[in-house]
Amino acid sequence: MQPAQRAFAGWNMIHPRVLDHTDSILPGMIPDESELSAGVRIVPGRRYGFFTDTSLCIGCKACEVACKEWNLLPADHIGLTGMSYDNTGSLSATTWRHVTFVEKIRGADGRRVSILKPFQSDWLMMSDVCKHCKNAGCVDACPTGALFRTEYDTVVVQQDICNGCGYCVPSCPFGVIDLNLYDGKAHKCTLCYDRLKGGLEPACAKSCPTDSIQFGQVEELQIRAQKRVAALHKLGVRNAYLYGVPGSPGATCDIDSLNAFFLLLDRPEVYNLPTAPVLPAARVPEGLALGMLTMAGLGLAAAMCFLQGRRK
Amino acid sequence: MAKPFRDKLVKAFQDWSLPRQIVGEDAMSTAAESEGSRRWRPRLEQADRVGTSICPYCAVGCAQLVYARGNDVLHIEGDPRSPINQGTLCPKGAATIGWMMNPNRLTKVRYRAPYSDHWEDRSLDWAMDRIATLVKQTRDETFVRHLPDGQTVNHTMAIAELGGATLDNEENYLIKKLFGGGLGMVWIENQARV
Amino acid sequence: MPSLGASFGRGAATTAQWDIANANCVMIMGSNMAEAHPIAFRFALQAKEKGATIIHADPRFTRTSALSDIYAPVRAGSDIAFLGGIIHYLLENDLWFKEYVLNYTDMANIVEDDFRDASELDGLFSGWDPMTRSYHIDSWQYKGEMARSELAEHYAQTSMARSETFKPGTPGNPPTDPTLQNPKCVYQILKRHYAAYTPEMVERVTGCPKETFLQVAETLARNSGRDRTTAWCYAVGWTHHTTGVQMIRAAAIIQTLLGNIGRPGGGILALRGHSSIQGSTDIPTLYNLLPGYLPQPKTNAPHSSLKQYLETETAETGWWANLPKYAVSLLRAWYGDHARSDNEWGYQWVPKITGDHSQLPMTLAIRNSTIRGLLLIGQNPVIGGHNTHLLRMALPNLEWMVVRDIFENEAASYWYKSPEVERGELRPEDIKTEIFLLPAALPGEKEGTFTNTHRLIQWHDKVVDPPRDSRSDTWFVYHLGRRLKNLYADSVDSKDDPIKNLTWDYGTQGPLDEPVVEAITKEINGYTWPDRNQIAGFADLKDDGSTACGCWIYTGVYPTNDHNQARSRKNDGPDGPGTHLGWGFAWPANRRILYNRASADPDGKPWSEAKRYVWWDETARQWTGYDAVDFQLDKRPDYQPDWPAEPKGMEALSGKVPFIMLSTGKACLFVPAGLRDGPLPTHYEPVESPTANPLYAQQDNPAAKKWSLPGNTYHAVADSNYPYVITTYRLTEHHSGAIPTRMVPSTAELQPEGFAEIPPELAAEKGIENLDWVVISTARGAIETRALVTDRLRPFEIAGRRVYQIGMPWHFGWQGYATGDIANTLSAIVGDPNTTIHEGKAFTCNLRKGRLRAGT
Repeated sequence: MQPAQRAFAGWNMIHPRVLDHTDSILPGMIPDESELSAGVRIVPGRRYGFFTDTSLCIGCKACEVACKEWNLLPADHIGLTGMSYDNTGSLSATTWRHVTFVEKIRGADGRRVSILKPFQSDWLMMSDVCKHCKNAGCVDACPTGALFRTEYDTVVVQQDICNGCGYCVPSCPFGVIDLNLYDGKAHKCTLCYDRLKGGLEPACAKSCPTDSIQFGQVEELQIRAQKRVAALHKLGVRNAYLYGVPGSPGATCDIDSLNAFFLLLDRPEVYNLPTAPVLPAARVPEGLALGMLTMAGLGLAAAMCFLQGRRK
Repeated sequence: MAKPFRDKLVKAFQDWSLPRQIVGEDAMSTAAESEGSRRWRPRLEQADRVGTSICPYCAVGCAQLVYARGNDVLHIEGDPRSPINQGTLCPKGAATIGWMMNPNRLTKVRYRAPYSDHWEDRSLDWAMDRIATLVKQTRDETFVRHLPDGQTVNHTMAIAELGGATLDNEENYLIKKLFGGGLGMVWIENQARV
Repeated sequence: MPSLGASFGRGAATTAQWDIANANCVMIMGSNMAEAHPIAFRFALQAKEKGATIIHADPRFTRTSALSDIYAPVRAGSDIAFLGGIIHYLLENDLWFKEYVLNYTDMANIVEDDFRDASELDGLFSGWDPMTRSYHIDSWQYKGEMARSELAEHYAQTSMARSETFKPGTPGNPPTDPTLQNPKCVYQILKRHYAAYTPEMVERVTGCPKETFLQVAETLARNSGRDRTTAWCYAVGWTHHTTGVQMIRAAAIIQTLLGNIGRPGGGILALRGHSSIQGSTDIPTLYNLLPGYLPQPKTNAPHSSLKQYLETETAETGWWANLPKYAVSLLRAWYGDHARSDNEWGYQWVPKITGDHSQLPMTLAIRNSTIRGLLLIGQNPVIGGHNTHLLRMALPNLEWMVVRDIFENEAASYWYKSPEVERGELRPEDIKTEIFLLPAALPGEKEGTFTNTHRLIQWHDKVVDPPRDSRSDTWFVYHLGRRLKNLYADSVDSKDDPIKNLTWDYGTQGPLDEPVVEAITKEINGYTWPDRNQIAGFADLKDDGSTACGCWIYTGVYPTNDHNQARSRKNDGPDGPGTHLGWGFAWPANRRILYNRASADPDGKPWSEAKRYVWWDETARQWTGYDAVDFQLDKRPDYQPDWPAEPKGMEALSGKVPFIMLSTGKACLFVPAGLRDGPLPTHYEPVESPTANPLYAQQDNPAAKKWSLPGNTYHAVADSNYPYVITTYRLTEHHSGAIPTRMVPSTAELQPEGFAEIPPELAAEKGIENLDWVVISTARGAIETRALVTDRLRPFEIAGRRVYQIGMPWHFGWQGYATGDIANTLSAIVGDPNTTIHEGKAFTCNLRKGRLRAGT
């Protein structure tokens, strides 16, 4: 209609396939629904992830709810935390999306401001999630093979294998993965592995009212994100940057890049994110040597005990 | 007996990621996929009937898809075809399934007798008959045809109806028609005022 | 929404939500859009992506403010001072859209000589009667005119009869002065009225810094005109005041002066709070309306016969000249063959109202036992009502009460679980009420239509049966009606004629005997009588009994016997015009932007290519465009009424005027009739205010509805016992009375407890730390809650004094996982004079650290 609307071909554009499904009652799910909701057809063998653009986040927590309702996760805490509007506190085994709220209402001079920067400012809100690291500490640490990299290049805990050893918990530099009190196993975001197999956009990204959470192929998302940063810089939002793309904060050490990466408007620490996360693997040589030494010692001790026992 | 055991052992070894990593296998190999992962599919695929609904919360009017198998609702999520929400939902809308399938949901008629300190279970039929009797009785006792000055009013001031603004248009229509046009009630109000 | 009706002719949102994406500026005031309507805010952000400026004016810095470009802090209840300041700025700097305003509005109209403005009478307009606390509005009329067609929806929503304003006059357009020099022309009146609303005064009254205010005014002006449009969004942040109607009126004046009504990316979007709240107004379960905004017959108007009713209510000119067709068709729909021309089509069976029977007086009528039986269908007034302690103490006076809900809500459980029971003020063994709690069904378990905030009627499918005893409200009302008809079947008493004669033949289906909902939708749409062929448009309705129609403005929603347009799911797709005419049905006649004739200039050409929407096609000799045209399709832009022939109805409107529901076709900057508290928005303080009115001697809205009764007393102005302003609001994580969200773990954990937001400066004075328990009290009651100390609330400097304001969500109650004391225990029963909407957004209170409950 209005040329203005036509010219606007953003990520939230209406997909032509909406015209293929005009019945009110449908016989089943819409095939490749992700194409309608995110403009992405999901193909195994490609690399998928999230671009969480905090400049668009309104802190509504639809992502938290959509995640819990899809993945049948219980509430983990009912009580005020006093931390702005954040009452879930952090990511956990039962909270796979978590929205952080940081109130920065006063300017440098201590006064409350009225003229704001475009898009989100002054009250920071960021929906955190498992980063689905390109090189994931949790996968490396898992001794059972429960943690694996899927055909979508996402990281998933396979519940039929996990024995709850918990080695993955300290291995995650972002503090994402956690053991659950109910079954003792490790849990975290699966990037809706089941939904991807069915051609569905992950629940959080699909529900996000302002498309602050965008789902897609990581390479495409990275290009989109770079453009977004450039556009924000042009609008005077000089503090916008990416967290988790190659060479940026969050993608340090051997992590390389995060399949779930972020556009942030303040230092990573403000959002409880490490600026330079470190993989446990980086400490493997010394760790391994120490471990082997320990094993050798233990083996020796065991052998001695055994021998002593026999002698009796 | 020995062969299955050996297969199991081989499979367990294959499922174990360490050897895989040692030989530098492709990260996205399906070799590490467990049986459970292989079988894991989105439950929406089980739906044999998907209806279009409208979110029952605010007045934005987001469309939802209700996925059902038989008489069981599997899930509710945003309808990507809607020009309003394009598949998205806010936290309330995303919790619609939690409302519908809620274990605390009231599904039986409850009745509290005068001066009683507890609820009792009654049948829906009994309650409907009793309510109809009370409505008639109150109306008949209080119906006013004319005001003292002779004006015809044909109303009762003794029964009130207060509705929520999540009522369907058809529900509102029947309420106004029956209670107003049929019974002469004038205290008919709705959240729509506020 | 009488304000929009009085200004433009229809009391509903003028635009579609998705059209916000076409705005160059989005002004949000009286709304916390990102929190209360997140998906609508999606379109504000789409506009932002294309370069629009987003402005939020609000007492609190909210999640909406965080996404805005300008945040203007405004003390709760001072909005008209802010908006009046904008009007002042536009007029003083000559920044209004002249060609639009002079052609499409009453700017040049001349008002009666004896009109006196509030600027002359210290806050009152001419015609004030202190005895009745109401206005005689003769002096507000356009010179020599009878007040024509003040009807529209707004009218019926006020309790004033149209006849009060009816006086004979000369036919033809009211006298005008296109030079705008006449001191009694609307332009000059506006200038005088808002002369005092200077930027300095705005700062003094609202607390908003002058510079910020000017930035807002300048941004609005810069983003309006031929090539640019500003969209305006408001919600209950405006309606919940004793001056709420006039706040919206002020926005209507601004948007009209800027030429933003009826145009893409413009308009006023009323963001309403419930899935079918617009529908509940259109097909009103409201005491003073019949479906389609026909007035409910009343005793204080000449309504004693149908003839009188029609004579009084029918406008001479404009679309409302058709009212008799809609009234008679409604009576035919209700009473079928029992409605005959010789019994006034059953008119006398429709009950007459004798006063204000809205929710606030209803509370008092329960207290004094006038009301003996109460049916609560999907409402939880113990949370959402006002002065709810008074309500809880009044409910035991009922003989019987029916509650229909999805959960056992607070209204159903007050008799054994409320704080009053806890404190021993109520004891179940003393309560005589017979209570029925009936489980209801949800969309997905029942079918029917919702009408959303932009008048879009959408069908929801039934996918599964509701569980066990749960039933739709359609089922409940239908089967209750069936039972009552049986009980009355043998009656020979004439008082029982209406229930006996009511048409109730919808049929039932399925194992639950659900009534056939589409049969009801078909009746709402209208059909021929007696053969019941669906009618495609309201132009086909008749006043001779040959058509039956349940709600004329919905005609077209079920236009043929086998087509349900509300169920149509055809999105325009990426290449379509983006008006989505195939998705659902927008009343009236599927128009997405109302008054869209105004998107073209007086000659019928688009104001600019960028804002092309509908236009006159000379070759086809009709109006065309991207939307269903809100105008007579074949009326040429140069059509002029033949005044000597005394034209009636639409013939009396020229081809230029877009506001066809009004008798002159022109938007009312100055409202001669239809509002009870003045023709122009005027700043009055809230009924409870921390300050004297800095603008006038008149402190608060002179016509406000007050019920100063024991248990419902009001605080004095600047009462030192109640020194703080309190505003109540919603959170994105909960819904209204919040039973559905407090009961669901995934939403309950997000906002798990009641709290009050307190600015750090006040917290420091009171020794309150974050998460401390605090007690908030008013003359109506006291509650305890947790403190959330936040910079997002700020102290205001008002008329040289520091004023603190606290905020509190009103969602909480004792049921569910997320609980808290009920904020509306604090609020008073006091209402806007036009709508009787309460003042929950601005009242005063006291605050202390500590708890209320003994032993804690």
